[in-house]
Amino acid sequence: MKDFPEDSVGIVTPQRIHFDQPLTLASGRVLPEYDLVVETYGQLNQQASNAILICHALSGHHHAAGYHHQDDKKPGWWDSAIGPGKAIDTNRFFVVSLNNLGGCHGSTGPNTLNPETGQPFGPDFPIVTVQDWVQSQARLADYLGIQQWAAVVGGSLGGMQALQWSIDFPDRLRHCVIIAAAPKLSTQNIAFNEVARQAITKDPQFHDGHYYAQQSVPKTGLMLARMVGHITYLSEDGMREKFGRELRSGKLSFDFNPQFEIETYLQYQGERFSTSFDANTYLLMTKALDYFDPAADYDNDLALALKNVQCQYFVASFTTDWRFSPERSREIVDALIEAGKKVTYTEIQAAHGHDAFLIPIPRYMEVFGAYMNRIANAVEKDNAR
Amino acid sequence: MRADLEIIRDWIRPGSRVIDLGCGEGELLEHLVNEKQVQGYGIEINSDNITACIEKGVSVIEKDIDEGLCSIRSNSFDTVVMSHALQTMHRPDQIVEEMLRIGKECIVTFPNFAHWRARFYLAFRGRMPVSKFLSYTWYNTPNIHFFTFKDFEELCVERNIYIVDRTVVDHEHKHRWWIRLWPNMLGEIAIYRITR
Repeated sequence: MKDFPEDSVGIVTPQRIHFDQPLTLASGRVLPEYDLVVETYGQLNQQASNAILICHALSGHHHAAGYHHQDDKKPGWWDSAIGPGKAIDTNRFFVVSLNNLGGCHGSTGPNTLNPETGQPFGPDFPIVTVQDWVQSQARLADYLGIQQWAAVVGGSLGGMQALQWSIDFPDRLRHCVIIAAAPKLSTQNIAFNEVARQAITKDPQFHDGHYYAQQSVPKTGLMLARMVGHITYLSEDGMREKFGRELRSGKLSFDFNPQFEIETYLQYQGERFSTSFDANTYLLMTKALDYFDPAADYDNDLALALKNVQCQYFVASFTTDWRFSPERSREIVDALIEAGKKVTYTEIQAAHGHDAFLIPIPRYMEVFGAYMNRIANAVEKDNAR
Repeated sequence: MRADLEIIRDWIRPGSRVIDLGCGEGELLEHLVNEKQVQGYGIEINSDNITACIEKGVSVIEKDIDEGLCSIRSNSFDTVVMSHALQTMHRPDQIVEEMLRIGKECIVTFPNFAHWRARFYLAFRGRMPVSKFLSYTWYNTPNIHFFTFKDFEELCVERNIYIVDRTVVDHEHKHRWWIRLWPNMLGEIAIYRITR
């Protein structure tokens, strides 16, 4: 039997939870019923006060930590931060991680069957927003018997969900952890998303989103979308350091085959992604990003949007992240200061660009760990009373 | 708590909004938040200090003050504190202006370079003063601007800054009756309360 690292949560089994209360979405459309696929790590304490919600980013899912079976080669996507003794310490916290609505890893989404038609939803799956996700996550909290999260935690699009949580359910979380996120997308961010969407929808295999019935997959489009996305996740310096201008064969081949290492790498990443991710979900996720703008309902004043929040915030950014740069995180911090809320902000030196939020950079894990430790101490102190 | 911080603490009103520029390990803010229900924020650049603030539960923002405070709204704080950091800023005058912009009142503390010991050190040894309090040598000191109480007060006159209060203490941050006789010669650290 293979031994997993000591600081791993070990083998985990996802569970599917069915919700039959209709969910009215921001678009006005209604999901009469839906499933959410969820993983949990650690033990919920008696007071149900040690629960942490993990919100995933664009291509994420419920499998955040641990392994699915003995021969699993790779752990969950945030295994570097979740586990016994790690920043999110599963000896002290009960961690809940889900696949969001519209996802393609088991929760109700475009690639699942529409009970009304018996066919996959495909492009008929309603556009979901960050607010909709937060609503569905609140129902998940109800189901699990969690009245108030010790913290809602997320990176990138996940951080946006955490921010939305604090606005929509001020009394249902004590801490909000927002890593490498932004209060809304920039014009440039939306532009990149549109390139990704065009790549997918213009793929002849896309069939207006009905590719399941055609037994086809818009692989090329999805691959291009991922390649463009991936460039925005890395920093220029990081790319140069990792790939430089290295040639695979050592010399120029004077044809259009991939020769530079970076070309091969991007193609490999795109290729792998195109076989594991659903194109309709990718479209949905990019729309959720584009639409996210909690200040929009408050005269575009983020401080006003945050006026009634009750939790404390931890905000972190990475120096070379140009997708959601430190300036964007500071917008959140400035609004919180203006609104008079408790906030801790740290800017981590990292060469990895936006991807840094997934990498266990020592300083990152130290501050993040120190903050989570403070939360755990407060939970345990409260329970001892 | 460091004695100068105790003096600062007593100058801050309960329930007010305070920002501490260069808050160190956050001991002043921790006290103000817990004992005086202050809405407090610290700005800090040193990693270990930031971690210490997080452990204390102090709201700390990682930021290089030299890059400016332009993202903070004018008059958004009751009190802006800068303790033992003004001499480390690239442009102390601009920082003081910024502090007066974001806060109704500012509290500034700094070491007096005209203290007799510093004067004698330079006069007789012919070398930049190194003391227990200013324990760096010229090439590695973070204290890049040396100035005196008189210098600071002249700046205040030039810029129409009103000095509400001034306390001069020795290097242990203690009041001594004799300092009052000749503060710019006998005082080592000054704590100013300024406004406009």
